[in-house]
Amino acid sequence: MHAPLALRAAIISLLLFMGLIGVWHLATLQTGPTITMDPEYAKLMGSTATQGKSPMPGPGEVGAKLWQHLRDPFYDRGTNDKGIGVQLVYSIARVLTGYLLAIAVALPLGFLIGMSPLMARALDPFIQVLKPISPLAWMPLALYSIKDSAISAIFVICICSVWPMLLNTAFGVATVRREWLNVAKTLEMSPGRTALRVILPAAAPTILTGMRISIGIAWLVIVAAEMLVGGTGIGYFVWNEWNNLSITNVIVAILCIGLVGMLLDQLMARLQRVVAYAD
Amino acid sequence: MSRAFISAQRLTRRFPQAPGAGELTVFEDVCFSVAEGEFACLVGHSGCGKTTILNILAGLDQPTAGHIIAGGKHVEGPSLDRAVIFQGHALMPWLSALGNVELAVSSRYPGWARRQVREHAMKFLALVHLDGAAMKKPAQLSGGMKQRVGIARALAIGPRMLLMDEPFSALDALTRGALQDEIVAIRQATKPTVFMITHDIDEALLLADKILLMTNGPKAWIAEVIENTLPADRTRIDLHKHPNYYPLRNHLLDFLVVRSRELAAHAELRSKDLHPAVVRPAVASTTDHTAGAVASDRSGHACNGQIASGHICAV
Repeated sequence: MHAPLALRAAIISLLLFMGLIGVWHLATLQTGPTITMDPEYAKLMGSTATQGKSPMPGPGEVGAKLWQHLRDPFYDRGTNDKGIGVQLVYSIARVLTGYLLAIAVALPLGFLIGMSPLMARALDPFIQVLKPISPLAWMPLALYSIKDSAISAIFVICICSVWPMLLNTAFGVATVRREWLNVAKTLEMSPGRTALRVILPAAAPTILTGMRISIGIAWLVIVAAEMLVGGTGIGYFVWNEWNNLSITNVIVAILCIGLVGMLLDQLMARLQRVVAYAD
Repeated sequence: MSRAFISAQRLTRRFPQAPGAGELTVFEDVCFSVAEGEFACLVGHSGCGKTTILNILAGLDQPTAGHIIAGGKHVEGPSLDRAVIFQGHALMPWLSALGNVELAVSSRYPGWARRQVREHAMKFLALVHLDGAAMKKPAQLSGGMKQRVGIARALAIGPRMLLMDEPFSALDALTRGALQDEIVAIRQATKPTVFMITHDIDEALLLADKILLMTNGPKAWIAEVIENTLPADRTRIDLHKHPNYYPLRNHLLDFLVVRSRELAAHAELRSKDLHPAVVRPAVASTTDHTAGAVASDRSGHACNGQIASGHICAV
């Protein structure tokens, strides 16, 4: 008699989690050598030097900090003191703006490439050269030509999320089954109607796969982009806390980045299920 | 015979092969005609270009030479006048059965309101006894039901011609029989002109008024037109009890097994005017010189204008 698979998997996940926390806790318990020093000087040096405490925060500290952040995520007390929720909202807004722009470019262009072998060949060299460029390499060019760091970050998000969508749309459109297109032809459908009623639903699962990959990449890139442009956003928060030498806050931010990334991915997975069809 | 509704003249299709290998002539100078309201079956071995002929007739493919006139018009592209029932049903898997038929109806009648489109589509789903499964997706339907949706989709646009490419070949024998009965019933109700490809001799004998026999490819042609001499009210049950059944069947089998190959090897046997000979296999009558047999002298039926053994006459 076995428990259901989901339950067994959950038990293993929980055990692994507890194991990791345990190892983390033990690793940060150890104390290093202490030096006797002038009490005034010791105040400046902090607990690492005076008590031999590990500079790496333990799970308890991080948990307490996380709870503190979660209790009040949306406060705003000036430039460098905003709640983690506010920073995440800035990042998500940038990602979504860049991402929507990328959709507006990638879908029509993907349809064009998928439907026209001529345009596919003509545009291929451009795509092959532009695709492998790290999105951050565009940043100086964007900052110089746009002269606005916020828009530059959006541009970088746009250009990094355009490629998977573009290539998947082109592939999905190009591989729509000939028999469905023949049905559209024998029904004398206009090219526009064929694109909307036949090609789009037929290619939708492939397109959504590209969009899911894109949102993942966009979320990866936003952290790095915000470290560069600064001001707001979760990437800036991480860099700011590193400058504050608050490893605890950095770890909290890393956790939040992971959770938001997972949520975005799950959202796309749900959309994928909506357009999927059994053949 | 009423005037030709579909008329193919010297239809030729060549496909380019690997570079340097020249072209492959699938069929050459194919001529045939189908009268209005007539049910024609095209029978031949795989690779002789049957589907290509149907695609040209549907407007989905272009002949290398020659042309087809259908309904008084030169076939230049696909038309709602010519509905196609595809071999692999070709339903859109993201639409329900009803959605598939509705897509066709709203293409045919773009001005119709949603409700009117739905009612019209439901009517044709009911015609093929699928009104109970209207909301099901193709993946939830059996092979026979999917092909029924394909039939409903084709009929719902009110076509003047119905083109069927081996519509039942992927189905099991029982389902195939049921769908053949369905076609017989629909045919009696609406009398469309039908052009159908099949491998199944009994299917051709049950459904067709005339059977076009194609030689083997490459460079295939339509060598004979068999007129079905079975009574018009034939059914699947009593088909084989009619005295003309075996002469017909034997003639068709003989053509498919022996003569389609022989003719392909001896293109010089083809009649000079390129039109197929018309044959009416039947039990021996008083004018026959071969008792119970069919006129199938293997000399190639170069028979334009001449009447050989009472069975073969000019087109």
